[in-house]
Amino acid sequence: MTNKTELVVSAGSVEEVQRLFQAGADAVEIGQARYSLRMPGSFDSSMIKETMQIARHFDKKVYVSVNTLFHPDLVEELASYLGQLQELSVHAIIFGDPAVLMAARENAPTIPLHWSTETTSTSYRTVNYWGKKGASRAILARELSFEEVIGVKQNTTHEVQVQIHGMTCIFHSKRSLVSNYMDHRKDGRELDLPLYIKEDNRDDANYPIFQDEQGTHVMSAEDICMIEQLPTFIQHGFDALKIDGILKSAEYNETVVSVYRRAIDDLMEDPNRGVDSAWMEEIKRIQPETRPLGTGFYFKEQVY
Amino acid sequence: MVTAVQTRKKPELLAPAGDLDKLKFAVMYGADAVYIGGEKFGLRSKAGNFSYEKIKEGVEFAHRHGAKVFVAANIIAHNEDFTGMEEYFQTLYKIGVDAVIIADPAIIEICAMAAPELEIHLSTQASTTNWQTLKFWAEEGVKRVVLARECTMDEIHKIKENVNIEVESFIHGAMCISYSGRCVLSNHMTNRDSNRGGCAQSCRWKYDLFEDGEDGMEPISPDDDSYTMGSKDLCMIEYIPDLIKAGVDSFKIEGRMKTIHYVATVVNAYRRAIDAYYEEPENYRFNEEWMEEILKAANRPITTGFYYHTPTDVDQIFGTPPKVAQFDFAGIVLDYEENTGIATIEQRNRFAIGQEIEMIGPKRDRFEQKITQIWDEDGNEISVANTPLQRVRFKVDRPVNAYDIMRKRK
Repeated sequence: MTNKTELVVSAGSVEEVQRLFQAGADAVEIGQARYSLRMPGSFDSSMIKETMQIARHFDKKVYVSVNTLFHPDLVEELASYLGQLQELSVHAIIFGDPAVLMAARENAPTIPLHWSTETTSTSYRTVNYWGKKGASRAILARELSFEEVIGVKQNTTHEVQVQIHGMTCIFHSKRSLVSNYMDHRKDGRELDLPLYIKEDNRDDANYPIFQDEQGTHVMSAEDICMIEQLPTFIQHGFDALKIDGILKSAEYNETVVSVYRRAIDDLMEDPNRGVDSAWMEEIKRIQPETRPLGTGFYFKEQVY
Repeated sequence: MVTAVQTRKKPELLAPAGDLDKLKFAVMYGADAVYIGGEKFGLRSKAGNFSYEKIKEGVEFAHRHGAKVFVAANIIAHNEDFTGMEEYFQTLYKIGVDAVIIADPAIIEICAMAAPELEIHLSTQASTTNWQTLKFWAEEGVKRVVLARECTMDEIHKIKENVNIEVESFIHGAMCISYSGRCVLSNHMTNRDSNRGGCAQSCRWKYDLFEDGEDGMEPISPDDDSYTMGSKDLCMIEYIPDLIKAGVDSFKIEGRMKTIHYVATVVNAYRRAIDAYYEEPENYRFNEEWMEEILKAANRPITTGFYYHTPTDVDQIFGTPPKVAQFDFAGIVLDYEENTGIATIEQRNRFAIGQEIEMIGPKRDRFEQKITQIWDEDGNEISVANTPLQRVRFKVDRPVNAYDIMRKRK
């Protein structure tokens, strides 16, 4: 337990970065909409530069997500984009497509790489594979059980990051599925965002759905909240615990970060102190009514 | 003068084979290669997957007819799924399987170590979309990449110009509406793991779309026109020359769960289109009959997917999918007596005297005829063949052969 568990949160604006650092985040994940997937906001190079200055001031870290699926035109921009990230000395580049790994070897040789393919980061052997290829950290799929993520951590020497709070992506299409539906309906009206889909005949689960330049994304109906399992994560030495800030207000994310910060600090100080019920209560107080809290797949049995 | 196209190797026609019978039909109707699932590590847990014995039989049959067999081992593995993998790939290699289709890099690594001579193809589940990534996999020893279905024709050109690796592309069949491998709807809605063979096809369910405006959650979808996300099925039969010119090395047909009738009909049409093109590239003309044939077996309306433009509303199915196929699989020909003109048929769907049927066979035109008499195996006259797998005999107007297929109008 000598290693410090890092608290990572994704952020949507430079202002939010500052607030999240002040609330206790150790690192932020940011990205530019053109090269990343499902970030809470888009950061161009000047914003990344500004974020780096703030991070240096607070002695925190900035990870830049470059994790989209690259089509040939976009691949041609990779060398110069990664070159910029090298120049800005960002603390890590998050990638899913091996094209980024290839381009980073030449254009960002000293920047650590974090591997994240979301749905397909599922085993310690695959983590070790990308580790051998140059990734220093793996960000695991959210469809794994507690036992499985612990199994990964125990069987790799690379850093392991898991998500402990917020929503997750459950579907990504390159198509514009909401616009397509509205075109089919011949209904030209503006939609009031946010949008949700529900299974026909099932009223309890609202899945957020949105479109951007990467296509259409469907998100989970519940927010993961693993604050009561923090002792286990810390005990097993997970290197980084992530809060996804997407589709949440800066106030919400700020509070959530501060609660997890306090909980982690308390547990680091006295690992045997156990769970404080005040942590969960504080999160429940600000949790939007339409977003039930849950434990994702950590305690679920899946079949196939 | 020899054109660039003529010098280019003829692309492989690759067909799905859900079981040994389907494998045989696919090969007989002109597939250059088939892909199958073994009993482990594949994504179609409900297809009639092949035991080692069956794989061996399939490989022997295919090789005898000059065709190859690929085995899909394309799950995204969890920690506990690696048991027995080395032995599995070694056995496949010993059996003589021509290649394995893998999505998970850890499995690629295991296969390369355990059976270094076994050819590895990267599955479409890895959603590979650019030449840089293909280059990465080529350096890892991957022989062929099955492209993501999101690649355009122009992008395939660009990929082939930049990297020397075999490229396989889907040309026909059902499509994930998501990037393959990047969808866990099924996990969330049914606890069935899509990336390990449990996909419940949740993308084809009906949904309701809601907006969350000033008045709270408001439905956008009317009751009779649900929000749906399902894709029409891919069909590239009209664009064979474009695919050849783009440099696609293998034309892949989807559908390990489909019937013998479907596989045979679709393979037959593509076989004839590809052969016609290579016979005379300059004078190649699309034959409408190939499309008619395909539509006789089609499950859904068709689209060209991402090849020419990002799919719009017209490339999707909204509401209940219309029934496309006008024909049903009725039987297969087991035998034909030349002197009497009598065929022995194994029944696959009910048919009766008076019914109009069609006969199709490998690499030939179909013919139609009316059934006037049916005999059972003992030579008794019967009016209807209504028992599955029942063997019956009747007279046909033109010669048929074993592996010919009989279909009937629905």
